[in-house]
Amino acid sequence: MANADFEGRSYPANAPYSVGPEKIREFAVAVGATHPAHHDLVAARGSGYPDLVAPPTFAVVVAQRAESQYISDPEAQIDFTRVVHADERFTHHRPIVAGDELTTVLHVDRVVVRGAISMVTTRCEIYAMPQHVEVPSPEAEGPGEHVATVVSTLAIRGEDA
Amino acid sequence: MSRPDIATLAVGDVIGSRTVTFDRAALVRYAGASGDLNPIHWNDKFAVGAGLPGVIAHGMLTMGSVVGLVVDWAGDPGAVVDYQTRFTKPVEVPNPGTAQVDVVGTVGVVDAEAGTVRVDLVVTVDGGKVLGRTQVLVRL
Repeated sequence: MANADFEGRSYPANAPYSVGPEKIREFAVAVGATHPAHHDLVAARGSGYPDLVAPPTFAVVVAQRAESQYISDPEAQIDFTRVVHADERFTHHRPIVAGDELTTVLHVDRVVVRGAISMVTTRCEIYAMPQHVEVPSPEAEGPGEHVATVVSTLAIRGEDA
Repeated sequence: MSRPDIATLAVGDVIGSRTVTFDRAALVRYAGASGDLNPIHWNDKFAVGAGLPGVIAHGMLTMGSVVGLVVDWAGDPGAVVDYQTRFTKPVEVPNPGTAQVDVVGTVGVVDAEAGTVRVDLVVTVDGGKVLGRTQVLVRL
């Protein structure tokens, strides 16, 4: 069962993920997203975006990298072979576009152990890092522009479940 | 692309429906594109060993695919400001063969002041729900 001591834990901002245009196209093809703003720069700019726009669930690619800091920690006691995805939520403060450098702050919001089933809820706060090197202001609430929040719950079945 | 006029929308309006089809190649493609290499999505022996009936689609593949109905209706992928679902039943993908996932979108809430519409998706395989409480908040 999952280690309940991890509830409330937060991780420092992780190494940035560089959003590339071919990754957006590849992901769009994989989910059958045919809107031209995912594929064609002229179309994306025509819709008012600076570059190709990521599909609405693309942030999962960024979030899962951050979540692995927790999931793959042996002390968290999460047996990945017994994990099923329970729920997922994306909140977009602005669309993710090609060229974004995204860093994620991971929070373990909830660890509930009920009998043989453990439920863990993570929250990824995803920020776009400034394009120019700047001295961060001490008042800044995060490491950049807040782009998306991804909340995910995993259910882990114990050996008896 | 034309966009829906929020003033003409009412709760209960059906925005459309479609069927998305997954075969094993689609699962492998999604595994590569997303980086989710969990073997339950491509290895039958592993899936059965994990207590599943066989290889199942990534929940995130289903979630990521069915929202296309809303994006195409809204005319702008950036219009989706919030999107949530619960994974209630796995989607088995036979080999050879395909899984057919049916999706119907209905207007659940219209907030003219905020300029947003909540579209509720019903997502089924052979008439049985595979996703629960699937809500897409769209800014029009």
